[in-house]
Amino acid sequence: MTMESSVVAGSEPTVEPRGFELIEREGLETNLLEVSMGPHHPSTHGVFRMDVKLDGETVTELRPVFGYLHRNHEKLAEDMGYLGSMPFTDRLDYFCSMTNNWAYALAGEKMIDLEVPERAEYVRVIMAELTRLVNHIMLVGFFVNDLGALGTPLLYALREREKILDLFEWASGARMMCNYMRFGGLRNDLPEGWLTKCREVVDAFPYFLDEYEKLLVENEIILVRTQNVGVLKPELAINAGITGPMLRASGVNYDLRKVDAYGVYDRFPFRVPMGEVGDCYDRFMVRILEMRESIKILRQAMDELPEGPIMGEAPRVFKPPAGEIYGRIEGPKGELGFYLVSDGTAKPYRYRVRPPSLVNLTVLEDLCLGHKVADAVVILGSVDIVLGEVDR
Amino acid sequence: MLVQFANWVQGELACSPALAKIVGILLAAVPLATVFALCFAFTTWLERKGLARIQNRIGPNRVGPFGLFQPIADGIKMITKEDIVPRSSDHFFHLIAPLLVLVSSMACLAFIPFGLGMTMSPIDTAVVFFFAILGMNTLAVFLAGWASRNKYSLLGGMRAVAQMVSYEIPLVLSAVTVVMMVGSLDTREIVGAQVVEGWATSENSGLRFLGQIAGWHVFTPWGFAGFIIFFIAALAETNRSPFDLPEAESEIIAGYVTEYSGFKFALFFLGEYIGAFAVLGLAITLFLGGWNGPNFQPWWSSDPHALLIPGFVWFFFKMFVLMAVLIWIRGTLPRLRVDQLMSFAWKFLLPLALVNVFVAGFLFHVAKEDRVWASVAAFVFLYLVAKGLSRMNQSDAPAPRKYHFAE
Repeated sequence: MTMESSVVAGSEPTVEPRGFELIEREGLETNLLEVSMGPHHPSTHGVFRMDVKLDGETVTELRPVFGYLHRNHEKLAEDMGYLGSMPFTDRLDYFCSMTNNWAYALAGEKMIDLEVPERAEYVRVIMAELTRLVNHIMLVGFFVNDLGALGTPLLYALREREKILDLFEWASGARMMCNYMRFGGLRNDLPEGWLTKCREVVDAFPYFLDEYEKLLVENEIILVRTQNVGVLKPELAINAGITGPMLRASGVNYDLRKVDAYGVYDRFPFRVPMGEVGDCYDRFMVRILEMRESIKILRQAMDELPEGPIMGEAPRVFKPPAGEIYGRIEGPKGELGFYLVSDGTAKPYRYRVRPPSLVNLTVLEDLCLGHKVADAVVILGSVDIVLGEVDR
Repeated sequence: MLVQFANWVQGELACSPALAKIVGILLAAVPLATVFALCFAFTTWLERKGLARIQNRIGPNRVGPFGLFQPIADGIKMITKEDIVPRSSDHFFHLIAPLLVLVSSMACLAFIPFGLGMTMSPIDTAVVFFFAILGMNTLAVFLAGWASRNKYSLLGGMRAVAQMVSYEIPLVLSAVTVVMMVGSLDTREIVGAQVVEGWATSENSGLRFLGQIAGWHVFTPWGFAGFIIFFIAALAETNRSPFDLPEAESEIIAGYVTEYSGFKFALFFLGEYIGAFAVLGLAITLFLGGWNGPNFQPWWSSDPHALLIPGFVWFFFKMFVLMAVLIWIRGTLPRLRVDQLMSFAWKFLLPLALVNVFVAGFLFHVAKEDRVWASVAAFVFLYLVAKGLSRMNQSDAPAPRKYHFAE
């Protein structure tokens, strides 16, 4: 990287910025300030890099660079048995290992038409919605942290997340890398007393949300910093393949829990919050509102949780017939899909993850252009990425 | 006590005026530097502890009781750390910048009266000097940003200059009201003007008690508005949250201090806090009665001017209360954006400060018997102006939205 000051006399601007004109006066030639934000930067959420060209403080060009956390996830999975890569899916989006497990299990089950027992389906819903709470609360915490609130909202969020992680640990043995689901059901049943504890946590959560909303939603600085910043138009969102809360914040009604109604989601009456403008504030609010809906689902699922087996008639050796399958669920960040191609052996011929973080990240430049550097950070925060999933 | 000691030494050295002068300067400067370095150490502890409690954490509690020796441990760490200077930086200015920050902040303290006779540099034009020297801070910060040859530092330096220059204007304008009303630029006289003379020396202890507070400028309409403007501008001037853009961690890493490590970083840190002390000290001097506070007649003395609680105790008490407010704000508010920061200074604070100057001028000429209604009117007027200005600035005022749900 060459260092150059913002004003270099007698040099040509190398790249013409799009849609922006450099201020040119007689005897003064100006150059754009090229900043490489990341991979080591406090608020790029991991090892993500943004090559930004700045005109003063305004972003005129932004190139996302990722791959610093590439771990060969897909190739690894192609070299081992189907079940063997279940624990690896935990490491994709390490905030949401439960939903990652579910998406992979769903794809596997689709391959061999495996029936999942009802109890397992309900437990999966409970785990997935708890994961959604964890993810959204962390997102909101980090988002406000990016706005400059020095950790206070983030630590409040971490406190609540801890309670849910304790639940995960109790049920699966691990706080973050749960590895809890299997093709055809779950690894083990819920421990005794888990449900009571879970009910306590879920019942306490709305009070926390009330407090959080009171502190953040009407805060004037948050309003001016997020409203009309990083507007994502619904057309662009659809064309770019954006999914999840980010798409819904732009006003497109698309929730796989409704569209696919996978698992037992068709039994839960819940609402899908929609944004109208598609700016950072909408993305932030949609997540907060989604958490309230998740609590509704959780309450109902815990009430209706049936007794019974937790594992279906899964074969000892998972050897699906040749063919291809795409299993997808509505992860907390968007559509999480697993595309598996089988050649009839015990190893997948092709294993492909459709990571919502990566796809949602592709519009970053469109969102950031013309805004300030500080906004670019906020916009990145509102996209909700986890580099483990982006780079795989 | 210290003052008496200083006077005694001066007396002993009266035979050699040059030596007496040097010793006198040292006698004033050394306690100042020591006390404020200790204050700084305590404030870092207070800040970490306070922020931790706000954020539902415990904070430092390993070194000494309640972690009180943490600042000392930090200091040792800072001194022994490797001092990294970027190869392409301008080494001389890279070294000078932290020194300049510290020196200019320290020099500002010289004009603050901490107690009766406790002004290091008692000059007639103290307020002007204070602002002049405080302005040097801006230069030092930009120097640091430029000399580091780091793009984040440069951005931080640019932000710092823009911010500090624009907030200096409301800062000075709000101080101008006090200068107008008191009719003096001398900080000691400004403090003296905030004592209700008849009450403070009266026999009635209740009246004496009140007399030390009732005259504070913050209780007048112009003083109240002035104090708020001054406080907000002081936040920006000292780069404190929510105006901590020059060192916004989540945006530009650490701004102009990105390339500083070890002791140079410690100097920056120290300079910044000393600067905050100085600006708060001026706020106390101008608006909060300086070293005056509710006080009692000591039982051993019949002198009506004798005080049970020494003035500097009140001064430092007020300073730490204001510091606690700064910490509280830091733990609570998100950061503004550059353009919002600027428009807040130029479109809100500056007009309000100007109106405040006029209000102060108006009140100055109001006859004594009309003071009460005039003050009430001025309060209402300033409130309306502030309200109107904020209305004007928010033509498309952001508001919480209503959301609809899809089934």
